[in-house]
Amino acid sequence: MRKGYFGSFGGQFVPELLIPPLKELEQAMDKFLAHSDFLQELKGILADYVGRPTPLYYCKNLSRELGFHLWLKREDLAHTGAHKINNTIGQALLAKYMGKTSLVAETGAGQHGVATATAAAMLGLECIVFMGAKDVERQAINVRRMELLGAKVEAVQSGTKTLKDAINAALRYWISHQQTTHYCLGSVVGPHPFPLLVRELQSVIGQEAKEQIKEKTGRLPKIIVACVGGGSNAMGIFYPFYPDKEVELVGVEAGGSGKPGSYHSATLNKGTAGVLHGTHTYLLQTGEGQILPSHSIAPGLDYPGVGPEHSYFKDSGRARYEVVYDHQALEAFYALSQKEGIIPALESSHAVAYALELKGKLNSDDHVVVNLSGRGDKDLGIVFGLENS
Amino acid sequence: MSKQGLRDKINQAGAEGRKALIPFLPAGFPSMQRFWEEILMLDEHNADIIEIGVPFSDPVADGPVVEGASIKCLAQGVNLEWIFAGLKEYRPRLKAEIVLMGYFNPFLQFGIKKLLATAKEAGVSGFIVPDLPLEEVKPYLSEFKAQGLEYIPLLGLNTSVSRMEEYAELDPAFVYMVSVLGITGSKVDLNQVLIEKLKQAKEVFSCPIALGFGLKSPDQLGSIAEHIDAVVFGSALIRHIEDGGSSSDFMGQWK
Repeated sequence: MRKGYFGSFGGQFVPELLIPPLKELEQAMDKFLAHSDFLQELKGILADYVGRPTPLYYCKNLSRELGFHLWLKREDLAHTGAHKINNTIGQALLAKYMGKTSLVAETGAGQHGVATATAAAMLGLECIVFMGAKDVERQAINVRRMELLGAKVEAVQSGTKTLKDAINAALRYWISHQQTTHYCLGSVVGPHPFPLLVRELQSVIGQEAKEQIKEKTGRLPKIIVACVGGGSNAMGIFYPFYPDKEVELVGVEAGGSGKPGSYHSATLNKGTAGVLHGTHTYLLQTGEGQILPSHSIAPGLDYPGVGPEHSYFKDSGRARYEVVYDHQALEAFYALSQKEGIIPALESSHAVAYALELKGKLNSDDHVVVNLSGRGDKDLGIVFGLENS
Repeated sequence: MSKQGLRDKINQAGAEGRKALIPFLPAGFPSMQRFWEEILMLDEHNADIIEIGVPFSDPVADGPVVEGASIKCLAQGVNLEWIFAGLKEYRPRLKAEIVLMGYFNPFLQFGIKKLLATAKEAGVSGFIVPDLPLEEVKPYLSEFKAQGLEYIPLLGLNTSVSRMEEYAELDPAFVYMVSVLGITGSKVDLNQVLIEKLKQAKEVFSCPIALGFGLKSPDQLGSIAEHIDAVVFGSALIRHIEDGGSSSDFMGQWK
């Protein structure tokens, strides 16, 4: 396999001006991610600040209804309410070890922005977050939250004014500020080594889940389910199970409204291979290679690309990727809230919805683990807005 | 012969005691109708090489001026087919060499083999692809060579000498030095750091060196001028046309 590639996916499709900072990052990863001082410090922060390990919770009520055993990996209980913090703490610490003084990040729904601002505040780094102007409007509370944490939020007015434009803006900023600034990319996307770096930092989810399910059930689960936008929570839980071929890995993409002609975010199911944001991967694009807008009820899944390793998992058959529509995700949002007392993020609700669809299809002794990537407080405005419309 | 054609154009300008001029316009700007008139005008007014921009929805290396212009072109329906059809009609009337500048994905979707064959037939001499650095272009170099088309490298203030040496092995027709650690249209500071980098590039490359990003007028160049062979300008030209000017009066100042 070519360096920086997963099969035919990945690479470094970036302006030459970004090659030096990418090489610097790769060298820093090789050095520090294998260094005991770095690892010990990261482990300490993850334990005492982030709240790891997060629990593996058995859904007693839903399991009874579904006819199989449903477990949730509770990333919603991590500090700032989602798995995003695992990545930002790791990258912020790496940036410090590299001698950088600032972080730049992009954010769609605001969760990665909040997690980056949090990590920057805790580790004493400056932070600037690019966010599409439309998202700034839609996610006002998260903008305020980032500012409260000391970050500067820049509204991006170009293109579709959403996440993909925020990534473009962050990459441009990084070109100009590479000497002092680390780009804290929010998912397993972008040019090498980001997909590898973010996967390494997020794989703590799968490592813990593997130990926990073995301890609780004495074996591995039949299926692991996770939602996929860029795909960092999914890769985080999938990767440690990669060698365990008997475990089915299921990524769930957002199908949007499902109405013909409407936008969605089902990149792996409905996209084609191409190059965006520095990587060769599946994309939502026109036949002429222009990037299409995406849509999901879950802001965090609203991205027209996907991590290149997921593209590889899809093509190699190691994982399969399913589609869940907005209304199914909403139903799952209510079901988990009312049956288990857990309000899930709308992103995670897609994964829960898929698990609920498995009713009647599994045996009573099968175990399914859903990665509950985030909590739903941030989405109450969207849900209540729909209830009132 | 496109390598020699491109080099000849730059060398000829040098022999005339001036820098070769490489204006950039996104295809379809300011309108699909006016675009080819502007290209003809650039050609008439001393453009040595013309860079035609292939619009892309997500241009990472471009600033707001080029990006805004490209998005307008896309909205009008500009695509590679339109560009090649226009070249078929207008290329025979142009003295300047033509290079296409665009991001990789539209090229990849067109099909690299088909792209290079069609470009060759349309009279294109080379490609500038900002998001296709050395490692990623390698799989396609033989196809460039087979068509006699040029891959023109972009270099930055942060490109090391050892990396320049790797690019030099490609024996490019010319190299494009980015004047700033930034995006197109950035405020440029033509300082000692840039002079040092240009000196390094001159030692490593035997081909001409073009300078671009943030260039507005010849007065800017000052002592930089002796270290370069060609200048590229895009954002300033686009702004000039947007403000009601024409390519001919913009080019006039560079004579």
